[in-house]
Amino acid sequence: MSFVLDLFTMGAVLAGALFFLAGTVGLLRFPDPLTRLHALTKADNLGLGLIVIGLLPQVAWPLGAFKLIAIWLMALFAATTISQLMARAARDGEPVR
Amino acid sequence: MTLALAVDIGLALLVLAVAGWTIAVRDTFAAVIGFVAYGLLLALVWVRLAAPDVALTEAAVGSGLTGLLLLSASARLRHAKTSAAPPGPVLQWAAGALCILIAAGLAALVLLLPDPAPTLAPAAVAHLPATGLGNPVTGVLMVYRAIDTFLESVVLLPALLGVWSLASEGDWGGAPILRHPRPDGALTLMAQVLPPLGIIVGVYLCWNSADHPGGAFQGGAVLAAMWVLALLAGLVDAPPIRQRGLRVLLVAGAAVLLAVGLAGIGLAGAFLAYPEHYSKPLILAIEMALVLSIAVALALLVAGPPVRTPS
Repeated sequence: MSFVLDLFTMGAVLAGALFFLAGTVGLLRFPDPLTRLHALTKADNLGLGLIVIGLLPQVAWPLGAFKLIAIWLMALFAATTISQLMARAARDGEPVR
Repeated sequence: MTLALAVDIGLALLVLAVAGWTIAVRDTFAAVIGFVAYGLLLALVWVRLAAPDVALTEAAVGSGLTGLLLLSASARLRHAKTSAAPPGPVLQWAAGALCILIAAGLAALVLLLPDPAPTLAPAAVAHLPATGLGNPVTGVLMVYRAIDTFLESVVLLPALLGVWSLASEGDWGGAPILRHPRPDGALTLMAQVLPPLGIIVGVYLCWNSADHPGGAFQGGAVLAAMWVLALLAGLVDAPPIRQRGLRVLLVAGAAVLLAVGLAGIGLAGAFLAYPEHYSKPLILAIEMALVLSIAVALALLVAGPPVRTPS
């Protein structure tokens, strides 16, 4: 059973890492702020989410699992807010770097 | 090579790369972002060195708060006229040489340390039960080297006075303004949802520091961040700096620490000594006062000089 769980962890974390890689490539290659934000949110939402899901079988239930999920939700919340602010600034033509 | 060693080497290389990039990049804003990333990576390094207390401080104060201060400084500079000529080659080379000298000196010190390095850690742990604390770092900060903590809590006040002294003549006593140009939508939601959680985390970091990693500075930085968030979203206004309650809060931490320290002369025979069996409640009382003062001071440092003429 633990072998299957380990396999699940490896698969999910690897998939998450892939999303981070893709997001980073997008961040570096995409032409304008909105598309770059789009690439970045994939890494935040899916990449981190997959890594958290993958790590869930490896931590103590329930406290460790709750901590991981809380971290994921906080990161999602922060990333969403920042994306909104940056996208609005980009739309209004304020200097975005 | 074990996996942990590979991660450590990768982390060290990443820290060096980000540090180099932060120095090399020309744009001030980009350099600040690099500095924040560098601080967060450094926090990971401290975790790998099994120093979670230092990691928390680095993440909250070193990277987060200092990054925020630098960010607001760079924003102010962007509006300022850049009339000053860039430093000449002589000054640049001198600064570079001095930096290299300091870095080489530090590296030499680390490499020349005897092996095993002299340490007070066993002595600190051996006397920990007498303090009633479980976290040796808090023991050092609040008992063995309480004078350092006292000076740290005091030094925030001249720093804040330095920021306040940038106010124009007519604005003295007024309130600083720290607000996003258009505080609505997502930012408002964040500023409404996050502070309840953040306040719990901040108080927890301080309250729990007797036995677990954390402390007044880490907790204070988190509390300050929550206040700054509410200020940015325009949910609250910064208080005028002449307000008496605000000033009492600012000095409360240092004042409580000083009062307990002076009482220690009579009750325990030395400045900053705690009477036996009362050390833990006294330390907790000091930390609770400290965390409030630090939070207010750090948030006001970010808020900047007062700009609103007192009405």
